Amino acid sequence: MRPFTYERATSPADASAKAASIPGARFIAGGTNLLDLMKLQIETPAHLIDVNGLGLDKIEETPDGGLRVGALVRNTDLAADMRVRRHYAVLSRALVAGASGQLRNVATTAGNLLQRTRCPYFYDPNQPCNKRQPGSGCSAIGGVSRQLGVVGTSEACIATHPSDMAVAMRVLDATVETVRPGGATRAIPIAELHRLPGDTPHVETSLERGELITAVTLPKPVGGAQLYHKVRDRASYAFALVSVAAIVQPDGTGRVALGGVAPKPWRVEAAEAHMKQGAKAVTAGLLADARPTDDNRFKVRLAERTLAAVLAEARG
Amino acid sequence: MRNHGNADVSRRGLLLGAAASAALTATPRHGQAMPADADVPSAPHPGPVPIMNPVMNRVSLTVNGAAQTLEMDTRTTLLDALREHLRLTGTKKGCDHGQCGACTVIVDGRRINSCLTLAVMHEGGSVTTVEGLGTPAKLHPMQAAFVKHDGYQCGYCTPGQICSAVAVLDEIKAGIPSHVTASLTDAPQATNAEMRERMSGNVCRCGAYSNILEAMTEVAGQKMADQQNGRDPA
Ligand SMILES: Cc1cc2nc3c(=O)[nH]c(=O)nc-3n(C[C@H](O)[C@H](O)[C@H](O)COP(=O)(O)OP(=O)(O)OC[C@H]3O[C@@H](n4cnc5c(N)ncnc54)[C@H](O)[C@@H]3O)c2cc1C
Ligand code: SF4
Ligand code: FES
Ligand code: FES
Repeated sequence: MRPFTYERATSPADASAKAASIPGARFIAGGTNLLDLMKLQIETPAHLIDVNGLGLDKIEETPDGGLRVGALVRNTDLAADMRVRRHYAVLSRALVAGASGQLRNVATTAGNLLQRTRCPYFYDPNQPCNKRQPGSGCSAIGGVSRQLGVVGTSEACIATHPSDMAVAMRVLDATVETVRPGGATRAIPIAELHRLPGDTPHVETSLERGELITAVTLPKPVGGAQLYHKVRDRASYAFALVSVAAIVQPDGTGRVALGGVAPKPWRVEAAEAHMKQGAKAVTAGLLADARPTDDNRFKVRLAERTLAAVLAEARG
Repeated sequence: MRNHGNADVSRRGLLLGAAASAALTATPRHGQAMPADADVPSAPHPGPVPIMNPVMNRVSLTVNGAAQTLEMDTRTTLLDALREHLRLTGTKKGCDHGQCGACTVIVDGRRINSCLTLAVMHEGGSVTTVEGLGTPAKLHPMQAAFVKHDGYQCGYCTPGQICSAVAVLDEIKAGIPSHVTASLTDAPQATNAEMRERMSGNVCRCGAYSNILEAMTEVAGQKMADQQNGRDPA
């Protein structure tokens, strides 16, 4: 790990302003992703701004009947909140499908959204990787790519976003609230938080430098059967090969997002028009632009089968 | 064109990769030229920042009931603070990356991986390690149950397993759901399936899992019996 200075932020605006002005500054929340990467010198911040003391750890009801989840709410607490369990079950299910009990006790809402890819080459500083070292090449293309993305990828990077929680938030149409270095706030639809890699895979989100996530808001509950199925190499404590977050209404309409297949939670609203026709039709729409590798072609079929299982379960 | 999965390309890619990594290690990392990212939103590498000297910081926290003030490099993880500074070597370092659970301790009532948190982040915090759960003369019920059921072989993962097991029973009691909880709105029970799932963050290379489960089952049963008799479990 590189040496760094450390401070505790005093207010969201202060944290944001400092993160923008101090060279090499980064926020630290739970630290479960950042410290992991700092130990490998994949992340090398010179200054850490600890945002744990900012009081952003509450879950509150919004005037329009939704929920506002503070950026520092721990994954365990969000999954266990009775309002979330009752009305946003897909989110509880996605959260408890991720990481381990120890990690969920520490991992935060914002940190989870901004966790970085688990591409094995990104994690190995001895391998070329456009995301870690822009312009150095992508070792995964033509390398071992079984776990990597099949859609939304580019010639420069085929990594996936590893979060389970984010997939559920995408299907719930969540909004990310932030404060920017000047003190202004904004609301970013979750669909626009993560960027596709294009030829700049090291630029992963639409956040400005220093922009602090303060909360994630969930619109008022939409009901329906809410399910999250995660397929992985172990029954627990492993990242998704493919995951499906779905909300299925009694009349057979609904929403679907996929995890484990793309650089961001993958949802194609147009594909949801085919919900009543079943998994094959929906998956065809979701993965119409898929460009899998020979190693990960199985994910296309797996996504369809997982969705079929989800729809069967939703029908009861 | 992308040659996804083409075997020849992949071999060539590997060789090129090896050459490139050799070149990379030959260049001094410090001050290495990076593309100017200053105007790119959220670019993870904001350009080269000089490497500084170690930075010291003071932190005060309670460990196993005793107040401690430590002067440490900011980089010190809670795990290293416990082991190297406080000489509490019960807590083990397995992977140092959140993947094995050997470093599990209980901080402010919650089990966490002490390898993935900085000591300075726990100013005013309260830490319980395996040494603080019980003493050789007066073992914590979970420690006693591990001994009774042979919940270990080499013992390396054991302190983490025990801290985790204690917290798992509390989490079930607090009604926190898990991946295998059938109904999200009902209170979870201390079933085998629940305990196995919740213990998945603690890896045991000796494979003592079934004995660990027996130990936990016994303590969970005691807890339930104690509650029914209106006694507070130890
Ligand atoms: C062994 C292991 C297994 C895992 N398995 C899974 C899994 O199966 N599924 C899954 O989804 N995840 C998994 N994870 C990842 C885990 O969920 C993340 O590490 C965690 O959610 C990150 O949250 P954090 O608060 O610790 O983030 P940090 O590490 O503190 O931060 C992550 C990033 O977010 C930035 N950041 C933090 N807070 C803010 C804020 N408020 N505003 C702006 N930027 C901010 C930080 O600067 C940093 O860049 C696993 C992790 C490990 C180590
Ligand atoms: S897929 Fe992306 S993260 Fe993985 S090696 Fe290629 S550029 Fe790096
Ligand atoms: S040493 Fe912390 S999880 Fe392995
Ligand atoms: S007892 Fe040896 S690793 Fe668990």
